[in-house]
Amino acid sequence: MATPNTPLWEVFIRSRNGLAHKHVGSLHASDATMAVQAARDIYTRRGEGLSIWVVPSSAITASDPAEKAMMFEPAESKIYRHPTFYEVPEEVGHM
Amino acid sequence: MYTQALNTAETDDRGLEDAAKAAQFQARIDAEERIEPNDWMPAAYRKTLTRQISQHAHSEIVGMLPEGNWITRAPTLRRKAALLAKVQDECGHGLYLYAAAETLGASREELVDAMLAGKAKYSSIFNYPTLTWADIGTIGWLVDGAAIMNQIPLCRCSYGPYARAMIRVCKEESFHQRQGYEIMLTLCRGSDEQKAMAQDALNRWWWPVLMMFGPPDATSQHSDTSTRWKIKRFSNDELRQKFVDATVPQAQYLGLTIPDPGMIQDAEGHWRYSEIDWAEFKQVLAGNGPCNRDRMAARRKAHEDGAWVREAAAAYAAKRTQRQTAQAAE
Repeated sequence: MATPNTPLWEVFIRSRNGLAHKHVGSLHASDATMAVQAARDIYTRRGEGLSIWVVPSSAITASDPAEKAMMFEPAESKIYRHPTFYEVPEEVGHM
Repeated sequence: MYTQALNTAETDDRGLEDAAKAAQFQARIDAEERIEPNDWMPAAYRKTLTRQISQHAHSEIVGMLPEGNWITRAPTLRRKAALLAKVQDECGHGLYLYAAAETLGASREELVDAMLAGKAKYSSIFNYPTLTWADIGTIGWLVDGAAIMNQIPLCRCSYGPYARAMIRVCKEESFHQRQGYEIMLTLCRGSDEQKAMAQDALNRWWWPVLMMFGPPDATSQHSDTSTRWKIKRFSNDELRQKFVDATVPQAQYLGLTIPDPGMIQDAEGHWRYSEIDWAEFKQVLAGNGPCNRDRMAARRKAHEDGAWVREAAAAYAAKRTQRQTAQAAE
């Protein structure tokens, strides 16, 4: 077939004002305009969104799940980054 | 992440599968962890899921045909709007599922081509005709009811993208079943002819719907590994029994008779159905159901008729990209 495969897009939808755009899935479209229209039809048939972003899937750089141990270990060992690490006397009240 | 680009094909999975990796994979499944597209997985797991998810997607797409048959003839505007929305949902479900299947490394084009070439299957149920308006009620009530029974456990399937697609599908599917039951209720409260029409539809759909759950456990070829991999949470017979138990009281409420004179309620309250005609099921799967040829012809025609749209959209996108590149260079 002469026609190339239709590019893949990732779809992000902001559900309510104040909330961030969230990844909802993907779709195929030949260009960005058609991707937004298709996203409207596929992912917002029941008023799920007020705003749509589409991003070419090929433009996403992802971390390697095989290296997740090394990648996220530094965060796991630093319990002093959490508020519960610190002791505050009960008399002081909520802080 | 549903990114095809991040997926590598079955490279080193074949032949010498690392036993340690396989053990680690099974341990993750046993711990109820979700498997994600870029995680290591046995080649057979990838293959099984690609087959299952793409068949599921094809079923949603082919499933639009029997119901689409009645859109222009729906009895009222309310029914027509609801049916149109339902058929549109089925299309959406097909697209979520194709996207999930693609995370395993196959392209949309390959999956669709396999279906059009008759190499990939879709659910046997869509090879039966929709002869009257009551069939639309029966499909919503029973076919979608059976689908929900099957899909709710799939929301906990070990493969993340499939489970997430199923959650969306299940949320939308409950409208389908309710609109179907409402159609049946209206017919059953109507004239004698309308009630007879509802009974006739139930008579024709009952057994094919029971077949939707697949072959009996004793003969099912894919069940064991699928259960071990937590793709499947309940056996075919378990789901079928759950469906029958849920459906019998609904039929009684409608005042309809399940076309199974041998059906009895056992001591535990389960409705025991008679032997299913598996020869018919095999015939339909083999392509000899009442509508197999029609369905395939309709899908092929739709695909061919849409070719110029795909070509034009691709050409337009290429032209725009070229123009932008030229402008950037100036």
